Amino acid sequence: MPSLSPSPTASRWKGFANERERFLAAYRWMILARIFEEKIAALYRAGKIVGGVYLGRGQEAFSVALGMQLDQAHGDLFAGLIRDQGGRMAFGETLMDSARTYLGSVEGPMRGRDGNIHRGRPTRGMPAMISHLGTMVAVVNGMLMAKRFHGRVDVVGGVTIGDGGTSTGAFHEGLNQAAVEKLPLVVAVADNQYAYSTPTCHQYACADLADRAAGYGVRGYSIDGTDLTACLETFHEAIERARRGEGPQLVVGKLLRLAGHGEHDDARYIPARKRQEPHGGDCVALAREKALKSAWASAKEIDEWHAQTQERVEEAVARAQSEPEPNPFRESWHALATKHLAEGTPPAQ
Amino acid sequence: MSITYLDAIREAQARALEEDPNVFIYGQDVADFGGAFKATKGLAERFPGRVIDAPISEDAIVGSAVGAAIEGMRPIVEMQFADFSAVAFNQIVNQSATHYWRTGVPCPITIRLPSGGTEGSGPFHSQSVESLYAHYPGLIVMTPATVEDAYGMLLEAIRIEDPVIFCEHKLLYYHLKADALPRSVLPVGKARIARVGRHASVVACSAMVHEALRAARVLADEGWEIEVVDLRTAKPIDTDTILASVARTGRLLAVAESFPWGGITAEVVSRVVTEGFHLLDAPPQRLNSKDTPVPYHPNLWRAHRPTWQSIAASVRHLLGL
Ligand SMILES: Cc1ncc(C[n+]2csc(CCOP(=O)(O)OP(=O)(O)O)c2C)c(N)n1
Ligand SMILES: [Mg+2]
Repeated sequence: MPSLSPSPTASRWKGFANERERFLAAYRWMILARIFEEKIAALYRAGKIVGGVYLGRGQEAFSVALGMQLDQAHGDLFAGLIRDQGGRMAFGETLMDSARTYLGSVEGPMRGRDGNIHRGRPTRGMPAMISHLGTMVAVVNGMLMAKRFHGRVDVVGGVTIGDGGTSTGAFHEGLNQAAVEKLPLVVAVADNQYAYSTPTCHQYACADLADRAAGYGVRGYSIDGTDLTACLETFHEAIERARRGEGPQLVVGKLLRLAGHGEHDDARYIPARKRQEPHGGDCVALAREKALKSAWASAKEIDEWHAQTQERVEEAVARAQSEPEPNPFRESWHALATKHLAEGTPPAQ
Repeated sequence: MSITYLDAIREAQARALEEDPNVFIYGQDVADFGGAFKATKGLAERFPGRVIDAPISEDAIVGSAVGAAIEGMRPIVEMQFADFSAVAFNQIVNQSATHYWRTGVPCPITIRLPSGGTEGSGPFHSQSVESLYAHYPGLIVMTPATVEDAYGMLLEAIRIEDPVIFCEHKLLYYHLKADALPRSVLPVGKARIARVGRHASVVACSAMVHEALRAARVLADEGWEIEVVDLRTAKPIDTDTILASVARTGRLLAVAESFPWGGITAEVVSRVVTEGFHLLDAPPQRLNSKDTPVPYHPNLWRAHRPTWQSIAASVRHLLGL
């Protein structure tokens, strides 16, 4: 069975022995993300999750290829957004962190204060997204600048965004800043053809978002985001270039959101034919096909991975569900780290 | 026929589009999709070319609305959530709010903000920002609490020559219903006595009016008659109506969902204290959300915002019970 995490020795395959190993490791992260999100969606439909549920269905290959090839232990960073279940876990977020945040467990990193995809562990290279799109780019820039202050120039920050998010001023400012500072930043733009209901024709007027790279003075790539191999190859190159000091890399993945904007949305506005058009395929199914065709895995093996993963997911969710919910009477109701300056706190003796 | 708060907002926009060819609607997903909350459903079809999908560019959305207004248009901007107006803060407070004062040319834009907390919405889809914008000279801030006001005040907002921040509460969208659209509503700037009482005045706005009314009903069972004042507009504040109410009751509790530091409740209390100190039989009270971001988990969220229970408790305290 291929190992899920790379061995520390760097290589052409980013720590994996060969292409097969890398591909299958990524594919298994994709399966985990897909199965976990299906479970979360089922819980949402059953009324067990409040608030929004947003899925990365169709974007797992693109997300995982970035997350998996960054090196958390080395000090790399990964700032995922709403469709990055795969990338987050492949980078190093635990399944329990994901499950607990959806279910509001006090044991989770957000302790019920924030929920669903609004989660992270900033001290472990995973900044916690806010909803406001585009804003995480500059935050990752700052983390990279701090690393540089501390003498670390060999770490890479990965940040993700959607086609819609590229229309924000924050995104522009962040990318320009990264370019000016020549930061080791890899920006993954998942161009999934829609921002909520809005097609990309109302979002940008260039032929390809990667065309913008030249304007910022950064290297641009445009790839089929449903093709796992292309994603792995491209992010491998982008990460290595960033690590070598070549500055920000802008990778645009063409794909299709294979779900509603959130689970509340039936996405009736996406014509069915889109799934037959280029980049409209399901990357998980495509990866399976490729694994079978290359004789890298048998159907039986893949079925086993599915079954094992399903079990792992059920276990994690059951555990998170059995954990205590936040108790308002136990909350400090203070938002300051400087405890003695929080209003309503008695002065220290 | 039954009309929801959300229907009223849609109908007001339809009427404005019908009556004035200069009105147009600009925001994310507002056209064919009809908006994240369906507040513009069907309008793109009825008014071709006048309900326009925007990129995710709040700064540019408001900036261009200002420009269009200068040229004689009457833009209605829909923010997907009030929280995202933070991205357009600069254009709102520095561009739109100062424009008339600096140039003598009015800036009639209406910015609709789906506001307030709902279960599970968390820190970035729950904020009440009326106090924030009310702080700035040059803005009008509306906080309708009824279906009638949602309709009438939005129509007024669009007609007004100044930038209007229109805070519509998401909790009221679907649940609040009326039999018909109003023929007329109180003038903008006038508060409304939502319930008559004589033992204490609760001054509130938006969804908090309904929490206050429920608290008043509970306290009525115990023999206390609580007056509820619905501010309707957070700016300007109708000080006269508040003072008249306090003159009748001698006791004041100001309630709002926004964060506790400063803001509407502080403004109400300070006006009553400075202009009507002699009317007070007890120290006036304020009740706001807690001084943390709005929590995600419903257990925390319910404790974070003022509710009819916490309002009733505050009123009891005010009554010396
Ligand atoms: C600044 C800002 N404005 C509005 C929103 C509301 N919103 C959340 S997701 C979304 C669409 C995002 O589209 P895109 O960036 O293409 O990402 P996708 O959902 O397709 O992955 C919008 C408009 C937001 N989160 N941030
Ligand atoms: Mg998109």
